[in-house]
Amino acid sequence: MNTPLSWIKDYVPGLDVTDKEYSDAMTLSGTKVESFSRLDKNLEKIVVGRVEKIEHHPDADRLWVCSVNVGADSNIVIVTSAQNLQEGDVVPVCLDGGKVAGGHDGSPLPEDGIRIKAGKMRGIESDGMMCGIEELGSSRDMYPEAPEDGIYVFPKERAKELALGSDAVEALGLHDTNIEYEITSNRVDCYSVLGIAREAAATFNKPFTPPQVTVRHEDEKRAEDMIDVEIIDRDLCTRYVAAVCTDIKIGPSPFWLQRRLANFGIRPINNLVDITNFVMMEYGQPMHAYDYDTIRGHKIIVRRAHDGEEFVTLDGQTRHLDRDVLLINDAERPVGVAGIMGGEDSMITDSVKTVLFEAATFNGTNIRKSAKRIGMRTDASGIFEKGLDPNNAMAAMERACQLMEELGCGKVAKGYVDVKEEIAPPVRIPFQPEKINAFLGTDYSKDTMLEIFKKLELEYVPTSAGDADGELVIPSFRQDLKGFCDIAEEVARFTGYDRIPSTLPSSSATVGGISPMMVLERAAKVVVMAYGFNEAMTFSFESPKVFDQLKFAGDAKERQAIKISNPLGEDFSVMRTTPVNGLLTSLGTNYSRRNKDVKLFEIAKVYLADELPLTDYPDERPQLTAGFYGEGDFFSLKGVVEDVLTAAGIKDKPSYDPEAGKPFLHPGRQAKVTVGDTELGYIGEVHPAVAKSYGIGGRAYITVLDLKKVLAKSNFGHHYEGIARFPGMSRDISMVVPKSVTAGQIEAVIAQRGGKLLESYSLFDIYEGEQIKEGFKSMAYSLTFRNKERTLESEEVEKAMKKILNGLEGLGIELRA
Amino acid sequence: MIQEDLERIRKEAQERMSRAFSPEDINQIKVNILGKKGQLTGILKSMKDVAPEDRPKIGQMVNETRARIEAALEDAQRSLEARLLEERLKAEVIDVTLPAKKIERGHSHPNSVALREIEDVFIGMGYEVVEGPEIEKDYYNFEALNIPADHPAKDEQDTFYINGEMLLRTQTSGTQVHEMEKGRIPIRMIAPGRVYRADEVDATHSPVFHQVEGLVIDKGITFADLKGTLAEFAKSIFGEDTKVRFRPHHFPFTEPSAEMDISCYKCKGKGCSFCKNEGWIEILGCGMVHPHVLEMSGINPDEYTGFAFGVGLERVALLKYEIDDMRLLYENDVRFIRQF
Repeated sequence: MNTPLSWIKDYVPGLDVTDKEYSDAMTLSGTKVESFSRLDKNLEKIVVGRVEKIEHHPDADRLWVCSVNVGADSNIVIVTSAQNLQEGDVVPVCLDGGKVAGGHDGSPLPEDGIRIKAGKMRGIESDGMMCGIEELGSSRDMYPEAPEDGIYVFPKERAKELALGSDAVEALGLHDTNIEYEITSNRVDCYSVLGIAREAAATFNKPFTPPQVTVRHEDEKRAEDMIDVEIIDRDLCTRYVAAVCTDIKIGPSPFWLQRRLANFGIRPINNLVDITNFVMMEYGQPMHAYDYDTIRGHKIIVRRAHDGEEFVTLDGQTRHLDRDVLLINDAERPVGVAGIMGGEDSMITDSVKTVLFEAATFNGTNIRKSAKRIGMRTDASGIFEKGLDPNNAMAAMERACQLMEELGCGKVAKGYVDVKEEIAPPVRIPFQPEKINAFLGTDYSKDTMLEIFKKLELEYVPTSAGDADGELVIPSFRQDLKGFCDIAEEVARFTGYDRIPSTLPSSSATVGGISPMMVLERAAKVVVMAYGFNEAMTFSFESPKVFDQLKFAGDAKERQAIKISNPLGEDFSVMRTTPVNGLLTSLGTNYSRRNKDVKLFEIAKVYLADELPLTDYPDERPQLTAGFYGEGDFFSLKGVVEDVLTAAGIKDKPSYDPEAGKPFLHPGRQAKVTVGDTELGYIGEVHPAVAKSYGIGGRAYITVLDLKKVLAKSNFGHHYEGIARFPGMSRDISMVVPKSVTAGQIEAVIAQRGGKLLESYSLFDIYEGEQIKEGFKSMAYSLTFRNKERTLESEEVEKAMKKILNGLEGLGIELRA
Repeated sequence: MIQEDLERIRKEAQERMSRAFSPEDINQIKVNILGKKGQLTGILKSMKDVAPEDRPKIGQMVNETRARIEAALEDAQRSLEARLLEERLKAEVIDVTLPAKKIERGHSHPNSVALREIEDVFIGMGYEVVEGPEIEKDYYNFEALNIPADHPAKDEQDTFYINGEMLLRTQTSGTQVHEMEKGRIPIRMIAPGRVYRADEVDATHSPVFHQVEGLVIDKGITFADLKGTLAEFAKSIFGEDTKVRFRPHHFPFTEPSAEMDISCYKCKGKGCSFCKNEGWIEILGCGMVHPHVLEMSGINPDEYTGFAFGVGLERVALLKYEIDDMRLLYENDVRFIRQF
């Protein structure tokens, strides 16, 4: 929404503020000013001048030498290439040292304008420049009388009123500022000049003087005899006001009306169109004008369209309608899409004799949805969709009729046809000054509040009972005021949010903190970051093609993803069921940018549906995903996993099952990570084909831990276990092991058979190749035994060792000396 | 006779010590003189030839000599060690300007860095950090927040729908409702998390972004409390001299509503290109919880009041770290992340 500041000042005559002061104060009272732009920016020393004499330039065919009277003692000489001038024309003249806004071709305006200096043109001194409308920063759209190419010439009638040498910018009505507002959706009334002027008056504490509207109704005929209105679908149209004007004389609007619209950015067209546009901006009520003689049966019927009905709107487009679109019809056919656009057949032409005016109140939601569905959002629909005040329809109609009369555009028939639902009585809200103060944390007096309400036209009705505080009667244009807190906001706005004190809640103390999951997430982050992993964030939705890229089988449960019904595109259409795509994509991005040794992790959710389609909340499971390429291998990532689990307080050693079943991982280099009976996640080398498809060259590794499962196993209570005081004993085992036997199997035997005395064990050598027979590998473990209560006896150790060795032999392992 | 021998041995020892170059030399002297087969030991052995009455005296002389030699040896050892240490230190001079050896540690995402700061501020004020579902029911995202079925705000927020009932939350505000429905008052919570809106990816938009919701419900909570709390927050995050400004605004679920601006921390409010010459930067939306919202969640608005706020995490991160393109946040180029 925007308004010229001059128009606001018309209705708030006491308003004497700069653009900046106006903008700041309006913003702080709730009508946010987004920006303001002066229409006279960079226009300096531009005066009204009259071309007294025109002669050919002696040395140039296309140049003219003009003698121009700018009200000074002697005329000045201006050389021009414009071809549209006549002697006697009154024009804007930029004097030597002045400034214009831009060039004559209408290209974008330079920030600092263009300085005009006297100088020679083909040998003849030129003292300034006569200006085209583009050079003044405007356009032919706003000044329809301006020539297509050449100098702006004031119309003869207008020229008579202008003193030579006076301010031409003033004469053009360009000393004005266009203010751009952000109006919140609850303030329908502020989509109008009157609404904003009312706010401005209250903000600056100045009187508000809206236009006084009286209509003479000079035509003897009665509107009700000329037109019949019937509303069939009353849920979608609560009021329809019709007026008829005869004796229409189409012509240009007067200068002041053209300037009002132009400074709004609306192109002046003719008096009739300009009046409807003017009233729409002034009252926030769109109007429509029909050629009365094209309305068959002189009857208006408001009804829903039929499914499949077609209609040609006045832009010549055929629109396909359905029964949720409201149509305006005459006795035989549609004449307009309600609130959106009129029809081609009934549109106003220059030969119109009689006009039917419409000011109606339509269901905002219906207009909004219809405009969206048929792809036709217009200025009118944009206003209707906010849901208008039915009282405004009649007020706007009266204003339009008044302007018809004042502008000599036509005669208004007697009365109006007004078909409406019963208009709801005004809302009444109890006035509770103490409660307002308690709510805001203020101590404003009752009188301060009442003064604000008065400015906003909220009528105060004291109660007769005496002890209560009375009531406020809310005007119908303030549909946003419904209850106590709305009233409190009005008090806050007009006393100023900045006057409300700043305090901290003084009531009950509470203990802050984070959830156990957040504790785990923070702990895990510390570990992976210590290992050099950088934190990534990736989108929660992705393409279903990801499932193919990750080689999931057709019936894989990962494919049971939650789909977005209106995604931005297929690439963002399913909620992820595995977090690996995001991380692999990011690794690929880094690889393509030649970043070396990249380690990334992400803590984010996957979204798993119990059943599709989704009827209840899905399972949102936070996952820790870490992956890298470059330096490191499977086992370095395994170290990270184990440290994360340690940081989560998981004491049990995880076990690794190579049958992880992840198709996107190397089939021989992947493992499920299990603690007890719980599978916490997996780890592996990314399948070379998958890595390649993500643009990662070389080997990449990835691990995923399901943090809900990790949390279930975790324990953040630390617990000290004494440091060993008695000496331990070490034994080494050196073996030749069949290749198929895993370290995990060997360790399971050692752990299980080592008994209580076995303190720890670790692999210190593994070798295959020469000297080891085909199909075998050499492995060596170091075992440490200790008794916490006393010094160990070597027999005890030998006994445990024997059990272990027997067990190992059972796996087909040969022990070496 | 013995006396002379002792003196000779002592002198000889002294003389050898002065020529010693290594700890081994000193040790050799020790062995030669004081050892089992050493000279002094030899003298003790020859005591059997001495008259018994002279033995104590001779013995004493031998012991004195031994003590003197031992002391001399110790001195010699010490000064030799000192000299050697000094030589070593001289030889071990390094070029301290050679490059440092580092373990490449990981870095937090800028969103996380900002979130952690925000969380710490509010935890310090007694707020609990909670989470709500991202795939949300229409009721919690809209209706319970005073945005009924046909409200234009539903269009404005460009919602991603799963189906008629479930959607991707457009705001973290639904978490307010979940918390209120638990019926435990007072409430002081913040709820960070992902939110979704159908905006194409560009320098200032992302269809996935984060908000931090805040909610306080108790007896006697005022608009002044809202102002004071958020002013504290702004100071903690953007610096102690940060000023705040509250502008009236409209949100369906709060009334009165406001937007909070902070004074531009680059120009200190004077106006610069960073704040588009305004001197202020818009940072969050807030307001007093609408009585109807309280009522719908089973809280009596005549007994309790409260305030709520929602801040865009990316907005804070982009502003605070002066990141000029939102796409950087989701590309995960390590050269970017390593800066945080």
